Amino acid sequence: MNPEIALLLLQDGLVTGSTYALLALAAVLLFTTTRIIFVPQGDLVALSGLTYASWEVGKLPASVWLLAGLAGLATLIEIIAATRSRRFRALPRALFTHAILPGLIVVLAVCVSARPPPLPLIARVLLTVALIVPLGPLVYRVAFQPVIAASISSLFVVAIATHFAIEGIALIAFGPEGVRAAPLLDASMTLGPLSVSAQSLLMIGVTAASAAALYLFFRLHMLGKALRAVAVNRLGARLVGIGAERSGAVAFLLSAAMAAFTGVLLAGSTTLYYDSGFMIGLKAFVGALFGGLISYPAAVVGAFLIGVLESFVSFWASAYKDALVFAALIPIMWWLSVRGHTEGIDDDEDSTL
Amino acid sequence: MHKREATRGIARAIALGSLILTGFAQTAGAAVPTVTVGVIVGATGPVSSIGIPVKNTIALLPRMVAGAQLRYVILDDGGDPGVAVKAMRELSEQDHADILIGSTSVPTCVAVATVALETQTPEIGIAPFPTNAYTFFTPQPPELMLAGLIADMKAKGVTTLAYLGFSDSLGDHNYQATVKLASAAGIRVIADERYDRTDTTVTAQVLKIMSRHPDAVFVSAAGTPAALPQLELARRDYRGHVYFLHGAINAEFLRVGGNALNGITASAGPFAIVDHLTDDNPVRSQALRFREAYDAKYGPGSAGTFAAYAWDAGVLLAAALPTALAKASPGTVAFRVALRDALEQLHDVVGADGVYNMSASNHNGLDARARVLVTVRAGAFVPLQP
Repeated sequence: MNPEIALLLLQDGLVTGSTYALLALAAVLLFTTTRIIFVPQGDLVALSGLTYASWEVGKLPASVWLLAGLAGLATLIEIIAATRSRRFRALPRALFTHAILPGLIVVLAVCVSARPPPLPLIARVLLTVALIVPLGPLVYRVAFQPVIAASISSLFVVAIATHFAIEGIALIAFGPEGVRAAPLLDASMTLGPLSVSAQSLLMIGVTAASAAALYLFFRLHMLGKALRAVAVNRLGARLVGIGAERSGAVAFLLSAAMAAFTGVLLAGSTTLYYDSGFMIGLKAFVGALFGGLISYPAAVVGAFLIGVLESFVSFWASAYKDALVFAALIPIMWWLSVRGHTEGIDDDEDSTL
Repeated sequence: MHKREATRGIARAIALGSLILTGFAQTAGAAVPTVTVGVIVGATGPVSSIGIPVKNTIALLPRMVAGAQLRYVILDDGGDPGVAVKAMRELSEQDHADILIGSTSVPTCVAVATVALETQTPEIGIAPFPTNAYTFFTPQPPELMLAGLIADMKAKGVTTLAYLGFSDSLGDHNYQATVKLASAAGIRVIADERYDRTDTTVTAQVLKIMSRHPDAVFVSAAGTPAALPQLELARRDYRGHVYFLHGAINAEFLRVGGNALNGITASAGPFAIVDHLTDDNPVRSQALRFREAYDAKYGPGSAGTFAAYAWDAGVLLAAALPTALAKASPGTVAFRVALRDALEQLHDVVGADGVYNMSASNHNGLDARARVLVTVRAGAFVPLQP
């Protein structure tokens, strides 16, 4: 290996790492606020990429029907819950977020797809984001909120089941073959031996912007502070009037938004399949483990490290690439256990809620 | 207690009713012998790009052959060998399948083959796998196609070759076959790189390959994932020849690869360039018949090579059935043995993707007529001009 190749590998690793970093941020956000290890985060990325590619060829993406179905299910659950408890005060608000808002998006998407293509770029991006973002809170409402007081391992099992459901639906909806979209920015510049594409800069930029936005949100916005309070101590947050349910929905909204952006960017730089998301999500998860699933900066650093490690390992021993990347888990776990159980999330205390 | 008894009563009534109904069905069908064709496909999971077209094709296969009715029972194995074996046992024990079409990937076919041998059920696999006495398959074996590619490399003066394949058993198998055939032709294989179907980047592998300056790169991958290496090679301005196997030949590969695919060389079955086949080509009429039937049901331009393999399984079955039906009646071991014998003796059976000549030592039976070399020009496969 010469320095030029090392530089190219580093570049490739950083771009891959930026994808992992976005997902790792979402993993930490969801785990700290809801204790859910959200396995389907990667599947949402794949759904977003496939949706974006559908818009590009002027087809109504099948994720519209997933959104409609989930919204219907969530609405049904809300109505049943309200009828059972005979508390109808919160129902109009729930109906607005679970039925009317997603319904409007579905209608908008169907109307737009009737127009002759091509759609302008910004419309394709916005429509994709609008279709993917509501999936987060809706999945939370349907799959997780009814069992939110369960232990971390039970929630993990629900997350795995959700992953298989979403992946299966994606196969039926989008078919088995891969898709690719044109890059958002089709330009590149030369930097010595490196050819840097605008798309890869955009990917790193979106990751940096998301990290900064999350930081500001947690520091400055009331809702962000509430999420932090829930993350630090769920029982305490509840005692001062911060609802765990609402903060869970907000966390899922934010993570789905990150998945939506990641998917749009990835579709423009690689081939995406209905089942692409799982591996991406798994590697991001390994990155997030660097920070014990609770530290944002450590998760970002870990995700970039995984990306670079993967790139170099692919060069040296491509046949053992995944095995070696996941083997990185062993030293991380060892280090975390040596460092001791510190500010981690205590499952026992939480499951009594 | 009452409730439970009532439920039991209802269950009994339903069981009795269905017994009577099936009895009627059997007496009604007694005049026409029914051959049960078990079908196992991987229509979900990682191999679904092959499994779904195969499943679609089953609906187009003959329902009536030599006075016998054909009943198809389709099960999905999701590409999982364990599930495939269970499906095969179910088909054999519950449905009394006389023959199996499937499965659709090498590992599942291998797993099912042992059960096929044990239950004496002939199997026509839709993947090239090591056969036993009861198993056959329709796609071209990689060695047949590789031989064509290597001959082309030799003609173009290639002396060094880099291999880039999937990191699975198929990747290993094809690597070993490549090394064997290439060294016989005086070509050195100087790189062995692997990637996964859903990988988002192959930059590292391509960098390593290009640092060794091979005359040609052989991408051993199937379907849309085969496009990613070529896109990366094109981006890095690789000037040598790039070769692909017939597994990459489908419309989606062209769509994802786009302009980067222009000028590649790939082995393919004749069906891939059916419009360019001359009238004297034996495969042409069968290939056109298949395309017409498939496109009529699933939309213009939807017929692909994977579906053609399933169509040919139907062709083989229809060719072997008359002999077997003359010897024994369906549903018996004697019939399955007769069907196996008949399949093994098929000669000059023309399919949509080649001509089959079976023998005791060759349970695929395709020859060089099932192989063409193609390239891509303006988003379509065209014959490679020598």
